[in-house]
Amino acid sequence: MSKRSHRYGLIGLTLVVALAPLGFRNAYFYDVATNAMIQAVVCVGLNLLIGYAGQISLGHAGFFALGAYGSAILTSRYGLPSLAALAVSAAAVGGLAFLIGRPILKLAGHTLAMATLGIGIIIHIVLKTESWLTGGPDGMAVDTFTVFGLAVDGDRAWYWVCGGLLVIAVWLSCNLVNSPVGRALRAVHGSEVAAQVAGIDTAGTKVLVFVVSAVFASLAGGVFAHKSGMVTPDIGGFFHSIELVTMVVLGGMASAFGAVAGAVILTLLPQFLAGFEDYEAVVLGAVMMGTMIFLPKGLLPSLKAQVKRRMGA
Amino acid sequence: MAAQLLQFLFAGLTSGAIYALAGLGFAIIYNASGVINFAQGEFIMIGGMAAATLTASGMPLPLAALVAVAGTMLVGMALEKLAIEPARDSDTVSVIIITIGASIFLRGLAQLAWGKGFHTLPAFSGEVPLAVLGASLMPQSLWVLGVSLAVIVLLWWFFNRTLFGKAMLATSHNRLAAELVGIAAKRVLLAAFALSALLGAVGGVVVAPITFANTEAGIMLGLKGFAAAVLGGLGNGFGAIVGGLAVGVAEALAAGTLSSAYKDAIAFIIILAVLIFRPQGIFGRKKVDRV
Amino acid sequence: MSLLRVQTLSKEFGGVHAIEDLDFAVNPGTIHSIIGPNGAGKTTLFNLITGLYRPSSGRVLFDGADVTGVKPSRLAALGISRTFQNLQIFFNMTAIENVMVGHHLHLDHRFLPSLFRLPAVARADRALKERSAELMEFVGIGDCVGAEASELPYGALKRLEIARALAAKPRLLLLDEPAAGLNPTEARAIDAMIQKVAASGVTVVLVEHDMKMVMGISDHILVLDYGRKLAEGTPVEVRANPLVVEAYLGVGA
Repeated sequence: MSKRSHRYGLIGLTLVVALAPLGFRNAYFYDVATNAMIQAVVCVGLNLLIGYAGQISLGHAGFFALGAYGSAILTSRYGLPSLAALAVSAAAVGGLAFLIGRPILKLAGHTLAMATLGIGIIIHIVLKTESWLTGGPDGMAVDTFTVFGLAVDGDRAWYWVCGGLLVIAVWLSCNLVNSPVGRALRAVHGSEVAAQVAGIDTAGTKVLVFVVSAVFASLAGGVFAHKSGMVTPDIGGFFHSIELVTMVVLGGMASAFGAVAGAVILTLLPQFLAGFEDYEAVVLGAVMMGTMIFLPKGLLPSLKAQVKRRMGA
Repeated sequence: MAAQLLQFLFAGLTSGAIYALAGLGFAIIYNASGVINFAQGEFIMIGGMAAATLTASGMPLPLAALVAVAGTMLVGMALEKLAIEPARDSDTVSVIIITIGASIFLRGLAQLAWGKGFHTLPAFSGEVPLAVLGASLMPQSLWVLGVSLAVIVLLWWFFNRTLFGKAMLATSHNRLAAELVGIAAKRVLLAAFALSALLGAVGGVVVAPITFANTEAGIMLGLKGFAAAVLGGLGNGFGAIVGGLAVGVAEALAAGTLSSAYKDAIAFIIILAVLIFRPQGIFGRKKVDRV
Repeated sequence: MSLLRVQTLSKEFGGVHAIEDLDFAVNPGTIHSIIGPNGAGKTTLFNLITGLYRPSSGRVLFDGADVTGVKPSRLAALGISRTFQNLQIFFNMTAIENVMVGHHLHLDHRFLPSLFRLPAVARADRALKERSAELMEFVGIGDCVGAEASELPYGALKRLEIARALAAKPRLLLLDEPAAGLNPTEARAIDAMIQKVAASGVTVVLVEHDMKMVMGISDHILVLDYGRKLAEGTPVEVRANPLVVEAYLGVGA
């Protein structure tokens, strides 16, 4: 995507975030929208890994959960200020991603998928089991988010905070993609051999993008913890990891805006299925299969191609 | 103490046999197409659930088992035709998502059909435990081991003694060459899914009396079956069997001696350890890429 | 002193001796060609020099320093660049971005400045874009500047790879069959371009099948056969060498 279309996209996104509340009828709308935006932040980071760098992770919910629990535990059990807790958790998750990333990113395709799957599940099991720290399967409560004595509380406040975070996240992603680091990342996906020959440390680049996407997930997780007031181990479960990948893939890989679109669609989907919760799994599964079979490039790029064709470009 | 260890060993071999069957299923499909079929676990689940609900509605057990297995095979073939074949030329990430989507879809359908509760299947020859060297062994465990062994022997005979089986092996070694001598790769792939579904379903039916059938059971069983396949060397049938038994026994020993809460984690720790330190598994060969 | 030197280099793949006991040197500022029948080991030799394969024995020396088995990315930093026989274009990027990636080592590729798009990074990128457009002009695909790499025809892609390799400002450029798959007109153009490149001070080593091209532009030729050196010398010397005539050019050619 060119820098110009990035700029238009960012403006468009900001407008949507700013104006959407005009259509909200009650606090519940704000709540759902905020959840969608939090998921979108994770997806923007995950898209850097999957869409641009061509890797895969089936365990990213694990990083999200670690960020969430990190914030929860550090603020509620150890009294750390909210921002510090966010930062410390993000640093810890980044460090973990670095340690695990080095060995497993030597793998590719199916084996990388399974390794990341394993990591996610192990994190989930640890969160469920170490109840002295995490509250076990029932989870734990999280203190309100306070910054310089001001509490961020209530659906409206969280909507604006998360909206701002989302716009920043997309802006950072757009910056990165059209920079030397971003090009190196995409080159690794395009042809690892050619990238090496051009002087790119391909192994290091893969680890970098893995760590960055983990940090995005961790920060989003921390925000989620404070917003919900509560964390449970399932936010780090296999199902959530799969949802995240589906969001990225559905919206369109190699596009931060696609990732946002995918997150919004999949977060809103259960809302339209209200009363049909039993069909959630069937619909999600069908969406996953259908997208990859009929729209392998994802929604946004396919729509873009359609528009291009109609305009006779 | 020895009796206790023996107890764990029996439990481990029993679940290990199911993992071995699942691992074999992974291996067969992987060999035929390079695809990791995430829905493998659902084959196990469907086999068990179908058998349980059919017997509960009055069908005699042997017939219910047969129908359950046959039904699962049909599901496997439908999956191949409708979801895998259309995506033949897609990249790895796409195919992974398709099979994961398929597993979620199948689980969703199963839950719509059978609900989320546990269903029982009566043990094949009663529930009176046998005393073996101080440990007690459920008769059903013997069924599990016996049936698994029989299925594996039949499988070996199929691949090595029948024409179609040999054709499948040939395709897994070199698809182009096989096609050039007239072997229909599409039919081989369909058969691979049918076989894997059969292996899964048989495992599901035979273990259901012990673990109770439940629509959520598929995920973990499938993933542990994958651990077995990876440990033994992806694509290596003998490795999948050894891997399955190893994972089962390791799990049981760890759960019994260390911590039962982390029982499920064992399989994944094994996956990670193998993929990091020896990605080709115990019996696999290292791949060399040509530039 | 020679820029590139290969000493008793050998590489075997499970019993097959792809390269056996090879010795040669390349002087700076020359166009040096490597010819030989298919399977003679030419691409393997390139892979050994550029660090993609580790030799079974022997050494590779660049500018006097031992670079045997050094990683490709390190060799790029030392000034070695190459193209590939089977195109390794970044099809997920635009044509000009492909060229820009070639310049990677000369840019500030630290993470945070890129993440926040600091003014220095933005400025460097703009300058790089201009330079890359010039390079594309230089190799003859100036009119493809706005295109996606996936939209370009084969001939343009071969030139794009050369532009990418040149963007690294190499001292030694290795071209693996740059004229493969091109018609005679396009091959002549590549010919001229290689001479332009060499004239600008880059030492060129190329692997080629097109004998006319090789004889026409090379200062020095190395002939390989079954991984061993069959002959080497100037085009005149090589053309007259009876061993070469028999093995490669055909008896009575």
